[in-house]
Amino acid sequence: MSKGKGVLERLERKGISRRDFMKYCTTLTATMGLSSAYVPKVAAALANAPRPPVIWLALAECTGCAESTLRTMYPWIDELVLDIISLDYHETIMAPSGEAAEKSLHDSITKNAGKFILVVDGAIPTAANGNFGTVAGKTMIEVAKEVAPKAMATICIGTCASYGGLPAAAPNPSQAKSVSEITGLKTVNIPGCPPNPINFVGTVVNFLLFGKLPSLDDKGRPLFAYGQLIHDQCPRRSHFDSDEFVTNFNSEEARKGFCLYKMGCKGPETYNNCPIVRWNDATSWPVQAGHPCIGCSEPNFWDKFTPFFKSS
Amino acid sequence: MARVVIDPITRIEGHLKIEVEVQNGKVKDAWSSSTLFRGIEIMLQGRDPRDAYLFTQRACGVCTYIHGLASIRSLDSALGAKVADNGRIIRTLIHGAQYVHDHPVHFYHLHALDWVDIVSALKADPKKTADLVAKVSPYSPGAGVNDFKAVQARLKKFVESGQLGPFANGYWGHPAYKLPPEANLMAVAHYLAALRQQARTAKLMAIFGGKNPHIQSLTYGGVTCATDLTPDRIAEFKYLWMETMNFVNDVYIPDVLAVAGFYKDWGKIGGTKNFLAYGDFPMGPKEPDSFLMPRGAIFNRNLAKVEPVDITQITEQIKHSWYEGDPKGLNPANGETIPKFDKYDTAGRYSWMKAPRYKGEPMEVGPLARVLVAYGKGVPAVKENVDAVLKKLAIPPEALFSTLGRVAARAIETKVIGEAMGTLIGQLVDNIKKGDLNICDERTWDQMPAEGMGAGLNDVPRGSLGHWINVKEKKIANYQMVVPSTWNIGPRDAADKLGPLEEALVGTPVADPKRPVEILRTVHSFDPCIACGVHVIDTENNEVYKFEVV
Repeated sequence: MSKGKGVLERLERKGISRRDFMKYCTTLTATMGLSSAYVPKVAAALANAPRPPVIWLALAECTGCAESTLRTMYPWIDELVLDIISLDYHETIMAPSGEAAEKSLHDSITKNAGKFILVVDGAIPTAANGNFGTVAGKTMIEVAKEVAPKAMATICIGTCASYGGLPAAAPNPSQAKSVSEITGLKTVNIPGCPPNPINFVGTVVNFLLFGKLPSLDDKGRPLFAYGQLIHDQCPRRSHFDSDEFVTNFNSEEARKGFCLYKMGCKGPETYNNCPIVRWNDATSWPVQAGHPCIGCSEPNFWDKFTPFFKSS
Repeated sequence: MARVVIDPITRIEGHLKIEVEVQNGKVKDAWSSSTLFRGIEIMLQGRDPRDAYLFTQRACGVCTYIHGLASIRSLDSALGAKVADNGRIIRTLIHGAQYVHDHPVHFYHLHALDWVDIVSALKADPKKTADLVAKVSPYSPGAGVNDFKAVQARLKKFVESGQLGPFANGYWGHPAYKLPPEANLMAVAHYLAALRQQARTAKLMAIFGGKNPHIQSLTYGGVTCATDLTPDRIAEFKYLWMETMNFVNDVYIPDVLAVAGFYKDWGKIGGTKNFLAYGDFPMGPKEPDSFLMPRGAIFNRNLAKVEPVDITQITEQIKHSWYEGDPKGLNPANGETIPKFDKYDTAGRYSWMKAPRYKGEPMEVGPLARVLVAYGKGVPAVKENVDAVLKKLAIPPEALFSTLGRVAARAIETKVIGEAMGTLIGQLVDNIKKGDLNICDERTWDQMPAEGMGAGLNDVPRGSLGHWINVKEKKIANYQMVVPSTWNIGPRDAADKLGPLEEALVGTPVADPKRPVEILRTVHSFDPCIACGVHVIDTENNEVYKFEVV
């Protein structure tokens, strides 16, 4: 626990009490499906020094996954970046551009070969020999093939990096593919469009805590987050069981919060923890906002689940 | 003469490469190249029109929501959906929430490091920093001596760890950095505070949107959040909005003014000539008359003459873009482009973006364009705030046409739009009080027309955004987007006229071509958002049809 003491001192100096710190450790631990006995271990895991290096590559993406990660509250993003990990490359927030940015990338992957965690958001376009997407004059295919094999582990954040996602929707104009299809590597997938930051942070913490990645399902998704159907955890489930359905968004049934199955809800086919952890500090989630789930954490959901508003 | 290539440009959304020619320490010529193509419009062909808002919203996760809004407005227009008043209010509130979230994030996390030297903050005296903040913002939170001591200690520990993460290889110590150590420490403290505030402010969008990024509560004629029109939800929204506005008024605006005070020379650098705003923020049912930020076009910086906007005068030109077709381009209503990558060649084709032109001219869109149009039209809230900023900084109105003007305009409109959200909350409460709980068109999808064409014109954080949709047999027959960053960041046109960013870069000083922080200042002042700028329109259908402007 000596390491844990260190982080608490650091936090206290910043005006964060031991109680606040233990609160976010508790939240993370609960999300990860661990018993409360692990709370002190999570706290200790977050205090590692030196901070584990993380490289984040943004490929054919919309930056929604990076924005989602910025919304983390347990811990806050400044704590994640300044105190927990060493985010050596992330184009959206890093200070340098151009050659200096490239230097940051190459310094880290050289120095930390085999030791850094790679995070990728975005799919990889393959049309025109990969020239539909380039960074620093290299195609995204080249970038992924250069960096991923040197990483200790590759975490795909979002459905695009995990399975192709939006760019790969029919007719897949840029012939986009997933990171594992291009690199041939097994990746940890945190799908969602975007995913809830708590599932990404939970995966990283799992890694720091146990020194290994969490248990995954057959689609590469951590079971702690993607182990159950939305439908089985949905607060509107009793309405489904009682045949109480919304058939018009502007109706008494909608105001009563009836089941959205007949409006096309994909909760019965989608594995994710949205109903339990909800979004943005448990403010809401799509079904709470009266909208059917679109199944955004399932492979190929842009084709498999559309039209979204038709019940399957 | 030296050619300098900056690729990747970081602290933006998407993939951008900038090439400049430097002569005698200044940019003489510039080329802006966007380096990713995804093709969202192609995917939409033949799909259910209701799905379009979910697809197009993924054009960009930084300016999340706004493509969803543009899309659903185009569908409303195409099918003649009746927009419920609560639908209009809630959509506009979510839009306002996006502005008060996105603009401060741009200033602190995407732009500030071009003006703020983090390393210099280590040398600051925390007491003097507290004095400085007390002077620029008497109500600033967390601004005591001990607060700044703690930030400095945290920064010191971070630097001493030797793991500088995203701050490694920054341009620290560059002579273009002008802030004294105390102002740098203040900015670092607020960089960190803003990181937390943005996560809280994002909750505003989740209250009526289900989540953020990429809200999920839109439908034709309004929104789906039927169970959220309750006193507790509205109170939650109102108090988070007040918290956010406190941050805007007590931290963001004073910081912009304080930083700008040290960089007044940037009031003469980075300007363009022509400005376009579609306008937005319907404060009542009648559009565009009820817009808080009005519609208009300005040519040659003539604020005395704000012209009405005729969208049939828009062309998208492709002489320098990786597309096949007529180089002079066509109106978005009948485009005919096909992606065709050959090679990067600044004398030929060099970008995945097309070059949109209005009446044949490049137009800057975004905060500066909106504020200038509103200023020219004499919108009181805008005029008052612009005049106050000019007076405070002791700069003439011409200084608005600049990199500095763009930064100031972004802050000014955050305040104006943010404050108007209070009026909208009041309208929502009044409607509910009257028993009006309608949130969208009452007709089911089966009862809606099967065909129609429409356009949704919007003004979103980065500028004027248009979506065009053609619905046939309840399916998408054609879909097009002309987006803000294409206007600003696009390449040269058929007449070889530079795009607005290219034009703005000409004349920018460059002290050290290897550390081009000055170029980044002007590039970032446009808040480039590239992913949505790169798309392609219908490749098969050359049919000419007329769109009615909503």
